[in-house]
Amino acid sequence: MTAPESMTRKRSGGRTRLFLFGAAALLVVAGAFFSESLCPYDPYLQNLGAALEPPTAAHIFGTDRYGRDLCSRVIVGSRASIFSTLALVAVITSFGTALGLFCGWARGRADTFLMRVSDLCLAFPCLVFALAVAGVLGGGLHNAVLALAAISWPKYARIARSQTLAVRETDYLKAARLAGCSAARLAVRHILPNIAGPILVTAVLDIGTMMMELAGLSFLGLGAKPPMAEWGSMMSEVRGLLQTVPWAVFAPGLAIFAAVLVFNLLGDAVRDELDPKMKGR
Amino acid sequence: MTTPILRVQELKKIFSRSGREGFAAVDGVSFDVGGGECVGLIGESGSGKSTVANLVARLLDPTGGRIYLEGNDVTAADVRAVCRTVQMVFQSPRESFDPRRTLGDGVGESLRNAGQSAAEARAAVAELFEAVGLSPDFASRYPHEVSGGQCQRAAIARAIAIGPKLLICDEATSALDVTVQADIVALLSRLIRARAMACLFICHDLALAQGFCDRLLVMREGKIVEAGAADEVIQSPKTEYTKMLLDSIL
Ligand SMILES: Nc1ncnc2c1ncn2[C@@H]1O[C@H](COP(=O)(O)OP(=O)(O)OP(=O)(O)O)[C@@H](O)[C@H]1O
Ligand SMILES: [Mg+2]
Repeated sequence: MTAPESMTRKRSGGRTRLFLFGAAALLVVAGAFFSESLCPYDPYLQNLGAALEPPTAAHIFGTDRYGRDLCSRVIVGSRASIFSTLALVAVITSFGTALGLFCGWARGRADTFLMRVSDLCLAFPCLVFALAVAGVLGGGLHNAVLALAAISWPKYARIARSQTLAVRETDYLKAARLAGCSAARLAVRHILPNIAGPILVTAVLDIGTMMMELAGLSFLGLGAKPPMAEWGSMMSEVRGLLQTVPWAVFAPGLAIFAAVLVFNLLGDAVRDELDPKMKGR
Repeated sequence: MTTPILRVQELKKIFSRSGREGFAAVDGVSFDVGGGECVGLIGESGSGKSTVANLVARLLDPTGGRIYLEGNDVTAADVRAVCRTVQMVFQSPRESFDPRRTLGDGVGESLRNAGQSAAEARAAVAELFEAVGLSPDFASRYPHEVSGGQCQRAAIARAIAIGPKLLICDEATSALDVTVQADIVALLSRLIRARAMACLFICHDLALAQGFCDRLLVMREGKIVEAGAADEVIQSPKTEYTKMLLDSIL
């Protein structure tokens, strides 16, 4: 296949971006994984004599009100923020996709019922729901993730359902049915690969959004609880001191900003790569 | 009397749109296709030809009527129960192959599902590709990497892979250009004879239908308005509608 030159160039540019941001995202994830060995200090060690120190050579982000090294806490905090977010996105993506695929394939009453449930979830303000979950199950990062998961899967279910509805009308699916494929084989080998593109793009773009939401819930005291290092709750701990010790807010804020940016750029690159208009066919 | 391969009785399909009154795409259609016979189904666009094909292949459930394959009632059967007997060639060859799977995968899929090993299926696919005049190398290509005519040859290979008794061709040549069309028609007619398949041949081109089919059924608004030997229907049409069809094309 020979594609027009401009198109090839555009695609390879997209590839470079994809690899660049993919590598950056991997680096962030790897950093979070090895965070404990990357910290210069014990992130939970209090030293009240050195509380609220401005950034110095020893503490490049300064210290918090208990004298804990902010740089270490930001590094360790990446674990809570990033792994909870990745787990959250993985769960809602697979659950939503499986459900949407089922609805699109089965249609009928089960579909109508499940789609009404998803409407309900979409209409529910996330914060109110998280508050309710925190009220019933108590706060904590786990419950914040649960609350967000319970309310964020419908987006994926809707995409998967509409894509499945489109694929089930295609001739290639009719041909696959005539080849004697079982329902499971149709779903896994013919439908899923053909609907995966938009779902994957949504998932990668959602990593940034979900990271913000989780940090937001923690900031409001509905997520991670002190002394656990988590970016949102770290910002919350020092929010009253913004004017006097801005660096204490700056460090976790910068971390959230950078992580969200990396995953959003990766999401854009994945979208450009999978956009059907950019494809060489 | 031998039992026909396909017997369709008072077949009816109503597409219901929510809230509104249903639309009868197929409205009381009855016909037989005997062993080794080639029956043409003609009619204007929207007359319900493809719907009949999909009903017979069990890709759609009928609203009423009966479908028998080799004497067995398959009206409520699953596609998987009939797919060894009925296969179909679709109008647009490229759209009939999964864009993410190779042609070889598609052609061999029915064999794999029937329990053949990967190696057996691969060997069978190579033979099938030869039989439809394609080099076996095409097995590793994707649908967008071959021409429309080559893709339709692969689709024919896929349809005959499992050895069906009835081949449904739903405008299998309409999407191809004229020179390729003649090749594909020749291939189909050779294979149908060689493998003693019966054929339900849906087609717009009356000259082609006359040459290809033993009998013709003329459909209009979901009903069969005329049926008879191909030459008879074309040369001395009994209904105004068939005359009009002939005039509009010839
Ligand atoms: N899934 C569906 N839902 C609703 N109406 C349908 C559906 N499929 C087909 N129809 C309608 O049924 C009628 C018959 O359609 P069909 O595809 O069988 O026509 P056809 O004779 O094959 O036409 P063509 O020659 O254009 O392929 C059309 O009016 C069409 O709009
Ligand atoms: Mg049609």
